[in-house]
Amino acid sequence: MTPVAQIEAPAIDYLQLAPILATLGGSIVVLMVGLLPGRFVQRALMPALTLVSLFAAIAFAVAIWEPGEVEPIVEGALSMDTLALGLSVLFYSAGVFTVLLSLRARAVREAGAGEYHSLLLASITGMTVLAAADNLVTVFVGFELLSIPLYVLCGSRVRSEPSLESGLKYLVIGSVGSATLLYGLALIYGATGATNFPAIAAALEGSVGATDPLFLTGVALSATGLAFKASVAPFHQWTPDVYQGAPTPITAFMAVATKAAAFAIFLRLFLDALAPAQPDWAPALAALAWTTIVIGNVGAIAQSSLKRMLAWSGVGQAGYMLVGVVVGTQLGLQATAFYLAVYLLMNVAAFAVVIARERRSEHGDGIRSLEGLGAASPWLAWPMTIAMLALAGIPLTAGFFGKFYLIEAAVEGGWESLGVAIVIGSMLSLVYYLRVLAVMWMGPIEIELPAPVGRVARRVKPVGGWSPEAGARAQPEVSAVAIAAAAATIVLGIVPGVLFDVAADVGPVFGTLL
Amino acid sequence: MLTIHLSIVIFLPLAAALLAAVLPGRAGRAGRWLVLAGTAGSLAYAVAMIADLDASSAGLQYVTDIAWISELGIRYSLGVDGLSLFMVALTTLLWFFATLAACLREWEHPRLFFFQLALAETAVLGVFCAQDLALFVLFFDLTLVPFYFLVGAWGERDRVRATTKLIIYTLVGSLLMLAGAVALGVLAAQESGGELSFALADLTERTLPEGTQQWIFVLFAAAFLVKMPAFPLHGWMPDAYRAAPIPVLILLSAVLSKLGAYGFLRVVLPILPDASLHFQEIVLVIAVVSILYGSALAFSQDEARLVVGYSSVAQLGFITLGIFSLDDLGAQGAVLQMVNHALVVGALFLVIGVLARRTGGSESLAQMGGIAMRAPVLAALFLVVGFATLAMPGTANFIGELLILFGAFESKLVFGIVASAGVALAAVYMIRFYQRAMHNRIGERVASRDLGVRELAVVAPLVLVIVALSVYPQLVLERTEAATVAKVERAQSLARGEPPAAPTAAAEGASP
Repeated sequence: MTPVAQIEAPAIDYLQLAPILATLGGSIVVLMVGLLPGRFVQRALMPALTLVSLFAAIAFAVAIWEPGEVEPIVEGALSMDTLALGLSVLFYSAGVFTVLLSLRARAVREAGAGEYHSLLLASITGMTVLAAADNLVTVFVGFELLSIPLYVLCGSRVRSEPSLESGLKYLVIGSVGSATLLYGLALIYGATGATNFPAIAAALEGSVGATDPLFLTGVALSATGLAFKASVAPFHQWTPDVYQGAPTPITAFMAVATKAAAFAIFLRLFLDALAPAQPDWAPALAALAWTTIVIGNVGAIAQSSLKRMLAWSGVGQAGYMLVGVVVGTQLGLQATAFYLAVYLLMNVAAFAVVIARERRSEHGDGIRSLEGLGAASPWLAWPMTIAMLALAGIPLTAGFFGKFYLIEAAVEGGWESLGVAIVIGSMLSLVYYLRVLAVMWMGPIEIELPAPVGRVARRVKPVGGWSPEAGARAQPEVSAVAIAAAAATIVLGIVPGVLFDVAADVGPVFGTLL
Repeated sequence: MLTIHLSIVIFLPLAAALLAAVLPGRAGRAGRWLVLAGTAGSLAYAVAMIADLDASSAGLQYVTDIAWISELGIRYSLGVDGLSLFMVALTTLLWFFATLAACLREWEHPRLFFFQLALAETAVLGVFCAQDLALFVLFFDLTLVPFYFLVGAWGERDRVRATTKLIIYTLVGSLLMLAGAVALGVLAAQESGGELSFALADLTERTLPEGTQQWIFVLFAAAFLVKMPAFPLHGWMPDAYRAAPIPVLILLSAVLSKLGAYGFLRVVLPILPDASLHFQEIVLVIAVVSILYGSALAFSQDEARLVVGYSSVAQLGFITLGIFSLDDLGAQGAVLQMVNHALVVGALFLVIGVLARRTGGSESLAQMGGIAMRAPVLAALFLVVGFATLAMPGTANFIGELLILFGAFESKLVFGIVASAGVALAAVYMIRFYQRAMHNRIGERVASRDLGVRELAVVAPLVLVIVALSVYPQLVLERTEAATVAKVERAQSLARGEPPAAPTAAAEGASP
């Protein structure tokens, strides 16, 4: 009897894969359960299951947290180190906030709760894979897995033309970005002969000259592909249109989570795989950072729609975060990770208030929907105020320390000019952030309603509209999200120690950095 | 030595305001008096510190020093010396009177108004007590938020435009200062090979090369000159002074302008002495032009507020002259003038409020006239304040300006001579203001009456303080001497060409 050939099963580290499995499994389960009929299933069970999956993922991420360099898993495809896990917690938190903000969204009803939440979880899985990628192929897999569900989610309000248009625009532009990225990654493989990040870095230090044209083209194309996703100028054109058309909870999700994922892979690719070539790519990225900061902040000034304004503001903020990538030091890595966390909180608070107002006000997401909010609803006005001040970098908010950290990283890395760029961007951004505050707190208190001939004109105190019945009440879960995010911004602005400790843990993931 | 925790002094007003905000009650009636009590508490602490201060030492007292964010090298470090003590004192004194004036008036959304007022006081006290550069910048930037709301939401004519101008001008300067401060901390650490630290004591010891000092000086100077405001950067002043309500205007003019001057003395002169010397003449030119321009424009204004506003530009020009004479006497004169100007300008704006109530709400000089007719007490108090503004011999302002001019004559004679013209000009615009308002023909809408009880309660004490200080200016001079001289020391020895004195450890050490 011939012995059966011994097949050695690969060693699968299930514990390390647990966060990814939690969201992926959640996605499948939610899709299946979503087939069941009934209002309870659609309105309560789906969000509940999604939240369970996300909290489980957060718990796993905390459980396998290990500072320093970590062994890659899945044959070198993924590296679940503190950078991946820390940013994954940001993705999961963004997912939790999005689920809460979508509880009563029309998009969920029109697209089907099961599909909506399943796509959300799938996108989050892709983000984690992207943030943990240690191999060029994994980068692409994560990139696509993150993007494709988002294309569909942008168009999930299937009866609304702007939403469908936004989804289509995102699909087309996103595909261009993916294609560019793939081409760039292929050229990098061609130049260095390896797809694993450590192997690429070794090849760059050794045999491959960093001025190899094949390699440089590959880096340029990869950077372009990633810049599309991160809304870095001049590849940011899609951002205002897509953000405005998409359902606002998805806009909020894209604004924080997609940006975090894009910067995660920026950090991994440029500070791990391409680190030896830093003197070559740093000036080009610095130029991109300058362009992004100026264009993003100037573009926001003319906007009257809050979603577009926040989109442009996001472009400017991407410029600030790119500075942390450019300096290429451990301090830059920590500063970018810190700023991404702070950015999540500030943006979620702002978007939550926008969602609360667009569901009530006849101005939709226009800035006029916030008129008189300070008097009518302090519970919404204060979170928006704190969010705007934090985005502008005012002290006592976490945004101040975020900018401080980035400027410090820039100066320490020898890029003082980028520190000044951040400051110039902050100055420009004041114009539109303060305008939001002015509309909320400094508007007219009463207006006179036009009256027909012979009647006395009535004076009323409306909120963001002309109808005397225009109210300022918001749904409790939306207010709760806004208040929680704003409170966290203030608390971290006074005692940011916790977040700094986490950032310090994230710092030494790539052992070779300064 | 009393144990006084500076954190209490700084945060007492804010705590009172937060408590007042959650108090139930109609229109925050009780709340405003609670906030007033908070400001009174801080004032009491300030007075206690003046009595208790050890005047002979130039070091810090009542020190608090806790590690706060070690990754960024920021410490929660507070302390006062003779210089900051009187800044704290004038802040708490003026805030008390401004809050009192505000309590006697009706406001829309009063709880929010008094909260913003208290938050502003906390931020300003934080600036004066901070001994860590990052903490200083943090509080400095923070002062803008409450003033944005105070002028923008409760202001008078064209308030939103005025506030936008005010904030853009000031925040551009403050943000440039942020970049400068971070650069200063990081580059100083790299130069000296030590750990990253923003503590002012550490930064004073680590000298930077002159080139680096110069561009950092420009960034700091941008922020401080806008705050004062100094001549080319004063564009925000007329609109903001027209729009702000009187209690807020008192604080804007009397206290906020001093932040710039204090910043020069505390941060720029000790830490960037070479750059201070390098840019001395440019800043002196700015100072002298501010004096002449401010005085000339004060003479030609019709609105009472702008007379005082441009007069402030001129007075702060004198203070800048004193600081950048890089001389002991000049610096001491500058510090005395900072206290004097704050008191005098506070009293002037209160008087303007009183005058406006007698001309049917108008603050135009053309509409005033003959108000002294039935208001002898008002006329007397206004005259005292007016004489103080024009630095009549016998007032503390005279001593202050004399010391500044001595310092200017000592270091840069020409500037001193030109600046002396400013003294005469001050007399011109102030006497014109007094005459137009109180004497000459009675204005059409003037209904003159003397000070009522409420008005007296607010104006008289401030005038008494001015008189008391005029009798005994030594109170300020002897307590601020050691600290002020220590701040100017390095730049002064560079200016005189002596070998640079290394900052002594005793000068910056804390006393138990």
